[in-house]
Amino acid sequence: MNVKERLKIPPTLMPEQDPTDRITNVEEVPLGYTPEMAMLEAKRCLQCKTAFCVEGCPVGIDIPGFIQLIEDGDFLGAIRKMKERNLLPAICGRVCPQEEQCQLVCTIGKAQKDPCKAVMIGKLEGFIADWEREQGEYELPPEVKSSGRKVAIIGSGPAGLTVAGDLIRFGHKVTVFEALHKGGGVLVYGIPEFRLPKAIVQGEIDYLEKLGVNFRYNFVVGKTAPVTKLIEDYDAVFIGTGAGLPRFMRVDGENLLGVLSANEYLTRANLMKAYSFPETDTPIVTGKKVITVGGGNVAMDCARTALRMGAARSLIVYRRAEEQMPARLEEIHHAREEGVEFHLLQNPVSLIGNEAGWISGASLIKMELGEPDSSGRRRPVPIEGSEFTEETDVLIVAIGNSPNPLVPASFPALEVTRWGGVVVNEITGQTSVPGVFAGGDIVLGAATVILAMGHGRRAARAMNLYLSSGRWVDLDRALDLCRAEVR
Amino acid sequence: MHEILFKEELGPDIHLYRFHAPDVARYREPGQFVIVRIIDEGERIPITIADVNRDEGSITLIVQSVGKTTLQMAGMKVGDTIPGITGPLGVPTHIEKVGNVLCVGGGIGIAPLYPVAKAMKEIGNRVISILGARSSNLLILEKEMMDVSDKVLITTDDGTKGRKGLVTDAIKELVDQGEKFDLCVAMGPPIMMKFVSLLTKEFSIPTVVSLNPIMIDGTGMCGGCRVTVGGKTKFACVDGPEFDGHQVDFDELMKRLTMYTSHEKQSLDHYSSKTGCRLAGALKEDLE
Ligand SMILES: Cc1cc2nc3c(=O)[nH]c(=O)nc-3n(C[C@H](O)[C@H](O)[C@H](O)COP(=O)(O)OP(=O)(O)OC[C@H]3O[C@@H](n4cnc5c(N)ncnc54)[C@H](O)[C@@H]3O)c2cc1C
Ligand SMILES: Cc1cc2nc3c(=O)[nH]c(=O)nc-3n(C[C@H](O)[C@H](O)[C@H](O)COP(=O)(O)OP(=O)(O)OC[C@H]3O[C@@H](n4cnc5c(N)ncnc54)[C@H](O)[C@@H]3O)c2cc1C
Ligand code: SF4
Ligand code: SF4
Ligand code: FES
Repeated sequence: MNVKERLKIPPTLMPEQDPTDRITNVEEVPLGYTPEMAMLEAKRCLQCKTAFCVEGCPVGIDIPGFIQLIEDGDFLGAIRKMKERNLLPAICGRVCPQEEQCQLVCTIGKAQKDPCKAVMIGKLEGFIADWEREQGEYELPPEVKSSGRKVAIIGSGPAGLTVAGDLIRFGHKVTVFEALHKGGGVLVYGIPEFRLPKAIVQGEIDYLEKLGVNFRYNFVVGKTAPVTKLIEDYDAVFIGTGAGLPRFMRVDGENLLGVLSANEYLTRANLMKAYSFPETDTPIVTGKKVITVGGGNVAMDCARTALRMGAARSLIVYRRAEEQMPARLEEIHHAREEGVEFHLLQNPVSLIGNEAGWISGASLIKMELGEPDSSGRRRPVPIEGSEFTEETDVLIVAIGNSPNPLVPASFPALEVTRWGGVVVNEITGQTSVPGVFAGGDIVLGAATVILAMGHGRRAARAMNLYLSSGRWVDLDRALDLCRAEVR
Repeated sequence: MHEILFKEELGPDIHLYRFHAPDVARYREPGQFVIVRIIDEGERIPITIADVNRDEGSITLIVQSVGKTTLQMAGMKVGDTIPGITGPLGVPTHIEKVGNVLCVGGGIGIAPLYPVAKAMKEIGNRVISILGARSSNLLILEKEMMDVSDKVLITTDDGTKGRKGLVTDAIKELVDQGEKFDLCVAMGPPIMMKFVSLLTKEFSIPTVVSLNPIMIDGTGMCGGCRVTVGGKTKFACVDGPEFDGHQVDFDELMKRLTMYTSHEKQSLDHYSSKTGCRLAGALKEDLE
């Protein structure tokens, strides 16, 4: 097939549940590619000599490589190629902001002047991962000789899982300590079932267990045992405790009944399966009208969950304009299809309660865009005197999360930034404490799954070198050799 | 999995359990709590650790049946196991030799009070305790509190034991008799802690209370447990559960505790219709 013919193939859209149906259930929205669809989509890839897509992927997946194998119908080969770089393709394929990463720079997308018309790299990635899962048996890597070294990983989010998967393959003994009763971090307590089925996350954890990773749930490091105890008992420690501290708006009325953080709302819905209440035991606040404040993935997840919990109206209130919303395009698109209303350039100034102490409305102020701020986005400025009241039964605060303070607070030797992020060497993930590494949202603040995995991957290489050489000083220089490969 | 090693009925709907939980027992200090999950799809409920036995690797919990989960727990027996106990959580009580310590416990609040009173006594304080209950059969840990207190006063709402009245009446009485207190520790229903705090403020007695907002994770991740203390929002699970009673907004706490009342009824209904549990019906009336 020549380039012209390939360019003519339209993007293969993944079939989806109809919006009116899907808000009545929590099943996944996209229904997946058939092998034929995937092979057709794979044909769109030009196998560029200089593959910009690979540059755009934070973990440098050999994208043309795995897509070629899909085109050839060699799905097993494709999944093997994928797993050289990405241990969690079923997850990344679903939640990566592709339009800002691999697909943003794809030659096809550029030719069509729309990253959404690029080769559907994420969908193809999800497809082969799902294909592998449906085969039933995962391919286990050959067994490696034990190094006799022990590693403790704190937190089972994507950062911790990646480190665990890599280090067990290097022959180290790996124990993951997780505060909650299930593994996966945000993937299991935050991101909803309809976007990332929990069975997929559990599948990845089962796989790691098969490889020999030991999971200790209900174990809050810093409380159940001090960090120093882990440092004593293990040869190296990785901190991947995420950005689990919810930010509030600090406006009047925020402690009214019916006002909750996105973390609480989503944890009730996802981790605790409140959507099946009273079959399950954890309740969730419901209302005819629900306002979610924020414009990121977290806000979209809350607004869409609210519809599934029976809200007749679900509103997003965001202080900037739509172009500035940090959420993935697909989430915004799905939310809109489902009937979520976008109230842009508005911001709550106070919340209003009724006599029983429940929220009854929010006083909102209109905003306009001013000069660009430090993030390069135009800063929203309140328009004086433009306040108005929007009635509501429930209000969810989804304006962001900060690094989880639990481990740093119980461990003063660990250097942190002013906003609470753990300070690390960017190449190795080394912290200020010898033997202790960190990565993911606890370093970056609320970021993305793939960045957390990238961090995990880099830290795992460095940890492996540290464990085998005992070398802490200049570890980054020692790693330099393979750095080009690690990126 | 955590096995129930021992169980005893302390009063109507009040049970003491000893659970196998060596990880929790190891570093636990007085004032800390655990999050308990009694079944796989169950909710996560906070319960104070009343005592530990490190040799046995066990923790003692004292639980009052007030809703679906605590009721179902009451139906469990020695040898049964539950899937999850997380902890010890929360900031331990600040134990210090200050002189005279007044320990005030109401109802099930005597359970979390006991380890604190014990530690206060062990470090060399003079401990005077006031225990309140609605009725004599609801009074728990009387003997244990006697063992760690220099003096114990008992009040019941109906006068079936001790003096008839409220714990605040007993505090007034002691102060009127000329007792001087350097610290008051009050644990019980929010309404009791509120009125004790109001009174001790009048008498200028520094007061520590232990708050019991609704929690989920217990690790500072959800903010569901937030309380207002001194005009600032705090997360009770990581900043508390103990706070300066003179600074706590109790009215807000009491309101926030009603957030899921209708759901709690629904959950009990569902449970009683599934199991035919009659007690559930009675509890539901309590909730109403
Ligand atoms: C609702 C929501 C939607 C999102 N959507 C997307 C998306 O679409 N695409 C995307 O790329 N990113 C998304 N993100 C961001 C992404 O999920 C995170 O960047 C990523 O999960 C960070 O991974 P992590 O491993 O650093 O930490 P986390 O996933 O936060 O995991 C940290 C784990 O550590 C545990 N832990 C914390 N403290 C302790 C302790 N003291 N002891 C033991 N365990 C502890 C926590 O319980 C948790 O399980 C979303 C985030 C949220 C909240
Ligand atoms: C730090 C802390 C320590 C606690 N220690 C103990 C203890 O040692 N012994 C004990 O019996 N109870 C203790 N509690 C209270 C206990 O958590 C609740 O009684 C329990 O969650 C009720 O669950 P349920 O499903 O049986 O009842 P539900 O049906 O959920 O609720 C029934 C009633 O209990 C109230 N309630 C619900 N959740 C909570 C909650 N998290 N805290 C307080 N009240 C709640 C409701 O407002 C309602 O009135 C403690 C609570 C906290 C926050
Ligand atoms: S991991 Fe994410 S960025 Fe990388 S190729 Fe896959 S979808 Fe694209
Ligand atoms: S840039 Fe696009 S077309 Fe080129 S190799 Fe990557 S995915 Fe294929
Ligand atoms: S219980 Fe979730 S933050 Fe305290």
